[in-house]
Amino acid sequence: MKTVEEIKAAIEAAVPGAGVEVVPNPSPSAQHSLRLAPASAVAVATFLRDDAELAFDFLSNVSGVDWPDKEIVEKVKVTRQVAKVVDGVEQQVDETVDETRKRIEPGCVEAVYHLYSVAKKHGPLVIRMKTVNRTDQVDLPSLTPIWRAAEFQEREVFDLYGIVFTGHPDLRRILMWDGFKDHPMRKDYVEPDDFEYEPTPHDEVLARAQAHQAAAGTANPEGAGAGQ
Amino acid sequence: MTFPAIDTEKREGWNRPPVILPDGEGDVLEVAMGPHHPSTHGVFRMDVALDGERVIRLKPVFGYLHRNHEKIAEQASYLGSMPYTDRLDYFCSLSNNWAYALAVEKLVGQEVPERAEYIRVILAEFTRIQNHASSIGFLIQEMGASGTPLMYAFKEREKILDLFESLTGSRMMSNYMRFGGCRVDVSAPWLDAARKVSAGLPQFVDEFEALLSSNEILMARCQGIGVLKPDLAVNAGVSGPMLRASGVNYDIRKIDHYGIYDRFKFRVPVGDHGDIYDRYMVRILEMRESIAILGQALNDIPAGPVMNAKAKIRGFRPKPGEAYGRIEAPKGELGFYLISDGGPNPYRYRVRPPSLINLTILEDMCLGQNVADVVLIFGSVDIVLGEVDR
Repeated sequence: MKTVEEIKAAIEAAVPGAGVEVVPNPSPSAQHSLRLAPASAVAVATFLRDDAELAFDFLSNVSGVDWPDKEIVEKVKVTRQVAKVVDGVEQQVDETVDETRKRIEPGCVEAVYHLYSVAKKHGPLVIRMKTVNRTDQVDLPSLTPIWRAAEFQEREVFDLYGIVFTGHPDLRRILMWDGFKDHPMRKDYVEPDDFEYEPTPHDEVLARAQAHQAAAGTANPEGAGAGQ
Repeated sequence: MTFPAIDTEKREGWNRPPVILPDGEGDVLEVAMGPHHPSTHGVFRMDVALDGERVIRLKPVFGYLHRNHEKIAEQASYLGSMPYTDRLDYFCSLSNNWAYALAVEKLVGQEVPERAEYIRVILAEFTRIQNHASSIGFLIQEMGASGTPLMYAFKEREKILDLFESLTGSRMMSNYMRFGGCRVDVSAPWLDAARKVSAGLPQFVDEFEALLSSNEILMARCQGIGVLKPDLAVNAGVSGPMLRASGVNYDIRKIDHYGIYDRFKFRVPVGDHGDIYDRYMVRILEMRESIAILGQALNDIPAGPVMNAKAKIRGFRPKPGEAYGRIEAPKGELGFYLISDGGPNPYRYRVRPPSLINLTILEDMCLGQNVADVVLIFGSVDIVLGEVDR
């Protein structure tokens, strides 16, 4: 199989302005990947599937990866003017101070695709796309029209990571139930105390009892009577 | 249950299921098959729209058994997920162990001693035989032959599970493989017992085939039903016996040569028509090939350690990076995708479940067929919901 650099060159020759970059993988597996620009991803993926030499006709795996906002703490040396008493005279003196600065590196959600070729019996080629941010610009082009194998897997990534795949024919939740709100595979997901909580008449009765006790002056400050 | 309106525009392209419109006589009946239907094992539903007896639309619904295995694995150490992989496809826990161990070994670049590789092959092929036998048993059970074929399969499966139990301590939840080898060595008496079970297997397959292969009802109900075309099968990521039954010669044991599969002589059975009968036949023939591999492996197994001496159990922290490892599990391509950030837990742990992805084309196979055949087509896919829902 061609190396990722050669595949990148082939893509750039076939799809002008593709904006493909190589993401090196330092682990011993040496499965380096190609990051596609979402705007040209469909064209690049079609090329990867239909090119006679590459022929990546088998999409094996689609996974989402969450990269939350990262707070980066840096130590910077800062020089500033400080008033100091030198030899009994007050002077302005330069002083170098260590200062810690925090900056936030914006996160993203990533979709990773592992491609193989059944015709040429080679692989894997790893391609990945990332969203602009994690909140409101989370759409990526769907590759389901190119590889049907992505249909359920992209639904799963949408369900668990919240990436909206534009062009997907049937983008619904697949593992969680339809009324579910959050995306549980995100790193900052907090699970609720009680999944099955729903207001019941019992709560109304408690509220009425509390109001009654407050009016009667018997409510204890901890509300223990109402909570039982 | 209501189906969304058919958007024909979205259904363009050869890799979408065709639009079948009702013939206009009578009403369209919408049926929820499952989750309590006997063939769906209590945790799977198919929303089916019927025009008479004909299926015009079908949507699989799952998630009943979802426990977010991947998230749990992100919170456990690498080794801590090994017992949990048993619970994915609980029929083939040893294959799952191997797939996970293989992915981690790729991530850290670890070698496996030769004896351990042989043990892995022996266990994986025993797993494949018992999985195929019982999946055929379940398929025939769903056809209406309640009991007998399944009991034939289970009789042989118990012998194999006894072997697993005496080696790993558990019939099904084996937790046997480790990164860089296997947990315990096999003993000489165990190998003798394994040879004995293996020697009895050809007779079992002959008997099984004599019972089923030319059975008139089986042929009538399976031939020409649920046909899957090879180009669609490849495009839809179908793998394992399903893919090969459609006539695509793609066996990861032959392609990736993972483990030591390049040392064994075996053939890859390939189907002609891609129907249920071909899937049944490919499984039967694969059992025969597995028996051939078993004979060679049990004969050649060398002495030596079963664990890489450099393998680290405590304080296991792979260097940052990622790896995707896959094996030919009995149900198809089982892969694990791991990302390490240098910590003791995986940053990302993804299972590529063959059962889930083989269901992608369930609708395509069922459209236009009778509703009674849906159960059979579903049975021929061979899924385990523990793996579909994770």
